[in-house]
Amino acid sequence: MNMPRVVLVDDHGLFRSGVRAELGKQVEVVGEAEDVQPAIELIGTLKPDVVLLDVHMPGGGGQAVIQAVKATHPDVRFLALSASDAPEDVIAVIRAGARGYVTKTISTDELADAVRRVAAGDAVFSHRLAGFVLDAFAAAPPPDGVKPSFDPELEQLTSRERDVLRLIAQGYTYKEIAKELFISVKTVESHVSSVLRKLQLSTRHQLTRWAAERRLT
Amino acid sequence: MHQRHQDWWARHHQHHDHHPGFLGRGSGDPLRRDLANRLGGGVAAGIAEWRGIGVTKVRIVFALVALVSSGIGVALYVLAWLFLPAKGEETAEEETSIAHKARTDSAGIRLAVGLASLLVVVLLAAGALNDGWFISWVWPQVFSVAGLTLIWRNASPEEQETLRHLVEPVGGAPAPGRTDRRTVLRLVIASVLLLGGVGWLFAGHESLAMLRPLAGVLLVLASIVLFLGPWWLRIARELVLERQARVRAEERSDMAARIHDSVLQTLALIQRRADDPAKVIQLARLQERELRSWLFEGRGLDEAEGDTTLTAGVRQIQQDVESRYGVPVEAVMVGDCDLDESLSALLAAAREATVNAAKWSGAGVISLFAEVEPGEVSVVVRDRGKGFDPSAVPADRKGVAESIHGRMTRRGGTAQVSSEPGEGTKVTLKMPRSGTASRSGSLGRT
Repeated sequence: MNMPRVVLVDDHGLFRSGVRAELGKQVEVVGEAEDVQPAIELIGTLKPDVVLLDVHMPGGGGQAVIQAVKATHPDVRFLALSASDAPEDVIAVIRAGARGYVTKTISTDELADAVRRVAAGDAVFSHRLAGFVLDAFAAAPPPDGVKPSFDPELEQLTSRERDVLRLIAQGYTYKEIAKELFISVKTVESHVSSVLRKLQLSTRHQLTRWAAERRLT
Repeated sequence: MHQRHQDWWARHHQHHDHHPGFLGRGSGDPLRRDLANRLGGGVAAGIAEWRGIGVTKVRIVFALVALVSSGIGVALYVLAWLFLPAKGEETAEEETSIAHKARTDSAGIRLAVGLASLLVVVLLAAGALNDGWFISWVWPQVFSVAGLTLIWRNASPEEQETLRHLVEPVGGAPAPGRTDRRTVLRLVIASVLLLGGVGWLFAGHESLAMLRPLAGVLLVLASIVLFLGPWWLRIARELVLERQARVRAEERSDMAARIHDSVLQTLALIQRRADDPAKVIQLARLQERELRSWLFEGRGLDEAEGDTTLTAGVRQIQQDVESRYGVPVEAVMVGDCDLDESLSALLAAAREATVNAAKWSGAGVISLFAEVEPGEVSVVVRDRGKGFDPSAVPADRKGVAESIHGRMTRRGGTAQVSSEPGEGTKVTLKMPRSGTASRSGSLGRT
């Protein structure tokens, strides 16, 4: 399998060089940017497979990069990296279109694995994000008066998706999940992608409000 | 970052300036006009949010005060409108209340003073007629008109729109320049009537000589206002700026103290322990968690209010195990609820399982997962360590498993331990919930 071409976008130079050194053998790091505008231009010229994107950056953060690039290069995929775990940021960057979210404390091998998954079009959830999603979708269904979405399917998780998310939240790898649930890794991947889709397309206001409330506590 | 800073600022501010519990429970934010919820300038809505009282109550109080105080309430309202910044507009460096812009708006001040002096004429004329009621009623209106003029000239377009909306019934003109003839006619007739009325009052009094000292008084007052008005505004501005600077300084020194107490101390420790990677990681994680909880949750670990919720309890386990055994614990919590006896037992069992994993498994990280569902609460403790063969555990070593198991079953819960040599261990604990109200999902505030 070809090594995925990766662009790093992070305002900490130290972090970029660290990731570049660690990932160097497993992915091809083709460029780095430290700010929103340069990142958008760089991604436009290099057209990488995956952009490793810091959630927090001066000038609009990861969200701004995703929104700008998605408009012109819809096939560039984003994996969000963050030190913060603040639900609001995580949900926002996912809803902007990132294919996954991992924390900066992730091990090198896991990060490389996550990059490959995102490059292949799959979704990657950190255990923390899996917890957030379970929490957000566990909230009571929209109260009366809130218009249900055009597609009720989008508004809740299937029990299988819940199972998968629970195991991710417990630190299981996709392979371990497949074994535990007696399904194939491919099926696990498709469950996670489907959760990602719901997360991005769900119209329930609660998702945003939930994240905002979490942030404020 | 800005948002985070604001949250923190708000909490900090509350800590120093406000007294929570005084008049209901406030939002903890500083007093700001709430434009989203306004009728006029959003002052009442702002106060309502600030103190956590219903906005209607605040409005009723305002209206009563305005009536009883013969208009002083109105003047106060206008002043509040003028000097309070609107919510969401504050920036670190610049006061954004309308008063700020008004201070540099000399034309506006002149206009305000002009209008006010016009009213003063009416006031003094009335004073000359010894109409005490009229006099007490007009003074606040002088201030109100002056204040509203400044607001009108310096407010954001959105607020000007509000003013226009409020004034509409009087002028009948939704926008300047579109006054139709009927309105002009109405205003002219009203003015004529007013003048006629005042003139008639004078005529009735039959002592025009009284007006001579009156003119003198008028001139003195007008000059006082002209001389001192800008000075008063400057004093007000300086007070506001000084207060802001003080708050910022306190904020900075508080943050410096916090960073010194925690981050710098830890960094010093890390330097001295550089030869012990495990200890360094442990220190770094402890510090990271403390800083995080301070930044995102607004309280230090030392201020944590006991284990009254499941989430707090799980966090406590995470902290204790990490600091005592130096093994990172990845805790994920879904939902939250208050603790009762059986959930405390669940937490005790979870603690035991986590400690076991830290002590015996040899795993580099332990995963701790807690989920609150409507019917039950489950906790999963999992490691990828060396594992064991449950059937081969000698009888005298069963104590641990038994105590976890016993704790759970006594309260109607279940404990399931699955492990294989080389495959790690997973302890699944489930406890049915008694009637305690859920705080899951969007209500899961801690």
